[in-house]
Amino acid sequence: MKLDEKLISRVANLARLELTDEEKQEFTKQLSDIIEYVEKINEMPTGDVIPADHIVDLKNVFREDRASASLDRSEIEKIAPKFEMGHIVVPRIIESIE
Amino acid sequence: MITDKTISSLSEMLEKKEISSREICQAYLKRISDLNGRLNAYITVDPGMLMVEAGISDERRSSGKQLSRYDGIPIAVKDNISTKGVKTTCASRILSNFVPPYDAHSYEQMKSRGFLLLGKTNMDEFAMGSTTETSYFGPSKNPFNTDRVPGGSSGGSAVAVSSGMAPGALGSDTGGSIRQPAAFCGVVGIKPTYGRVSRYGLVAYASSLDQIGAFATTVGDAAVLLSTISGHDVRDTTSIDREVDFRPGDLSGDVSGVRIGVPEEYFEGVSEEIAAVIKNKISLLEKSGAVVEKISLKYTEYAIPVYYLIATAEASSNLARYDGVRYGLRPEGINNLSDLYLKSRSEGFGREVKRRIILGTFSLSSGYYDAYYMKALKGRTLIIRDFQDAFSKVDAIISPVTTTTAFKIGEMISDPLQMYMSDILTISTNLAGIPGISVPVGVDGKGMPIGLQIMGDHFREKTILSLAANVEKTCEKIKPEI
Repeated sequence: MKLDEKLISRVANLARLELTDEEKQEFTKQLSDIIEYVEKINEMPTGDVIPADHIVDLKNVFREDRASASLDRSEIEKIAPKFEMGHIVVPRIIESIE
Repeated sequence: MITDKTISSLSEMLEKKEISSREICQAYLKRISDLNGRLNAYITVDPGMLMVEAGISDERRSSGKQLSRYDGIPIAVKDNISTKGVKTTCASRILSNFVPPYDAHSYEQMKSRGFLLLGKTNMDEFAMGSTTETSYFGPSKNPFNTDRVPGGSSGGSAVAVSSGMAPGALGSDTGGSIRQPAAFCGVVGIKPTYGRVSRYGLVAYASSLDQIGAFATTVGDAAVLLSTISGHDVRDTTSIDREVDFRPGDLSGDVSGVRIGVPEEYFEGVSEEIAAVIKNKISLLEKSGAVVEKISLKYTEYAIPVYYLIATAEASSNLARYDGVRYGLRPEGINNLSDLYLKSRSEGFGREVKRRIILGTFSLSSGYYDAYYMKALKGRTLIIRDFQDAFSKVDAIISPVTTTTAFKIGEMISDPLQMYMSDILTISTNLAGIPGISVPVGVDGKGMPIGLQIMGDHFREKTILSLAANVEKTCEKIKPEI
């Protein structure tokens, strides 16, 4: 299928990406070509084939439910973009009523 | 020259006290300061820290407390493998100042044997690319011809080893990202079986395909590095507990009776020069006693669509974590949460990463999931079965690594589909989770290196390394004049 700019913008928004007009144009063309190409998979006889979740034979992996130390707050402070009084700071998330 | 030596011979010299770790590290730092400006293999090098570590290693050795025979040898590490206290950028703007608070398991393993960190190498942004051109820090250059790409995504690691800026390196391989740059730069590159090496601390691109592996100048050295980083780790639930049976002493190079499959599909569209060199090497293996037969991997042509649907779907999910909240880039002047997500991601990611996130989000989105993503997972099963059938008849599969030698910088960057199609010979091994190695076997008429690929069944690293050791004996050493 051909993708149009509207669909590209909608999908970009789902992925929380804001595209410039130039990016929208470029991606619409390129991703249309790519999608048309990958539709080649429709030629594969996948009728009753089981989808591959794992490659190597894997079983559920369990561990003891035991508390242990995780990263120290001082380590998190070093990598957080904004950090105050032991917490990561983000912009206001609840709109105020004016 | 020290920087021409293998890991094994450096280790021998250290053991005999003919050289110190400080001398080795100084030689590599000098080589890096001479060449890195032209080749752009490294993103981060910290000479001060390295020399301190080298001094500590020398002290350990002089008091007989070396951590292994390799204690004091410096190794380059791809910049998507976390190194505590040392910047790990993934060659992305969004992580350009990120200093991880912990080590990847593979790097911990290296440190526990006394290997030192020489530097962090350049790559395609988030390992998405086949040339290193998508790096936020600019492309690496091929040491055989600086107008050409080194391959990718682990291009910096391949360049460092090829040009003598490192005796060995770690990389990661999601669709060929170790084997293809190894082939383009004339070095050995191995991707192990999925699960052989813990992915803990590897920045995730496509989790069901990503595997850490190694670059070296010889097959023996590649075995040294891979055996060092292999092993079970509870922090990666896909990590598998298997015996490591491929240390250099385990590799006889004896190939008599080994059954080799040659898939005809892997020679379609391959340049005549490359096909001729690979076929010649296969006939030499036959003369050494290997049994060669033609096989068919009939779903090969579907590997690219299957791979790019699965890899991008996983990427779109993995890269959702970059939201400007806990770490990574957060642009200034943002006053609501949805802008925080939008601006951090839109300003932090480069074009190829955005393209792949959008493609992956599309194939996972409501209305398209069954036709694209689910269909690709089923196609993956067929590709896995292809290999299962093949390995019921043969012990190893031999093919070229790439259809051409290294292409020019800029040649494919504006045509992503053409770039994706260049991965045709390497991506199936990731889809099937099997090990693969690239061995340098010669150069083409333009002097650019050619790689031979050997693939084995799950956990048969020993088989492919032994074959590779045999092939290596029949090849002249390839070195760039740089």
